[in-house]
Amino acid sequence: MAVAPNMRSSWPRVWAGIAGAAGAAVLLLVLVFGLHRDPGAIPSPLIGRQAPEFVLPLFDGGTLATPALRGRVVVVNFWASWCVPACYEEAPHLQRIWDRYRDRGLTVVGVNIQDQDRLARDFIARFGLTFPNGVDRLGTISIDYGVYGVPETFLVDRKGRIVHKYAGAVTEEMLVSEIEPLLADADGASP
Amino acid sequence: MAHRHNDRAWRTGVALLIAVTLLAAGIAAAKDPEARAQAIAAQLRCPVCQNESVADSPSELAAQMRTLIRAKVAAGETDQQIVDYFVSKYGEWILLEPPRRGPLWIVWLAPAVALLGGAYLALSYVFRTARASGR
Repeated sequence: MAVAPNMRSSWPRVWAGIAGAAGAAVLLLVLVFGLHRDPGAIPSPLIGRQAPEFVLPLFDGGTLATPALRGRVVVVNFWASWCVPACYEEAPHLQRIWDRYRDRGLTVVGVNIQDQDRLARDFIARFGLTFPNGVDRLGTISIDYGVYGVPETFLVDRKGRIVHKYAGAVTEEMLVSEIEPLLADADGASP
Repeated sequence: MAHRHNDRAWRTGVALLIAVTLLAAGIAAAKDPEARAQAIAAQLRCPVCQNESVADSPSELAAQMRTLIRAKVAAGETDQQIVDYFVSKYGEWILLEPPRRGPLWIVWLAPAVALLGGAYLALSYVFRTARASGR
């Protein structure tokens, strides 16, 4: 008869042990899941949305208003001369994309942010960039695009929708694989 | 006499309470645009920093964001509209405090649940040892 009270008191302890172990397992899974995520990666809520419009004062005079680009595929590149090495790596690639596709309905737009005028001009001269390039002096364009660093590049389709965002240096190959289908999209050609 | 004295104290108390309430309301209403902009910036996470608010960060991006917030306050936008603008551009990531809704309640409730659970375990242990030593 001495067994009965013992049994009674040990069962809740077993259940508490199971509950504790289950709780610890769940916590461990959450932490392991967290380890595999990049804390620096910020998913952009802008993908699939209409690209914010802007008017950009260009380095070589005049301005560029994005509504004028509707119907074209647009590569919007945010950069700075102090962005080493990523901006230096991708600049020739962006120029090649411009040379390759400008007559097929694509425009590359450079948006210089958080920079100094002279250093930005030196950068453009150094790489012989010929696509439209201008300054976002107040940062309103970059904030409108949810930019958090340089370089960041947005790919906009013929209808003005953001289809892709690249954080970090882009290459010609990366862009080509995305641009070709957008240019081939005859549906988008007639807005 | 005692009753009358009590009555006067009561009235003075109520008058004081009303005065303080009015004063607080006045301060809140007169909250200047700069203080509003500062409060909004304090709610936003600086995108180029580690766990620093837009209000606290010396980075150029945060400075530009503060300028933009001031411009939006001056343009007559509400605090909520301005915060919503930044959320629409950067996602909820930009909010230093996760919103209190849906599954995000977990992060708000988990500490309290853990505290209560811990207290229960500690108390049950204390009672058990007290009972054992008392026997």
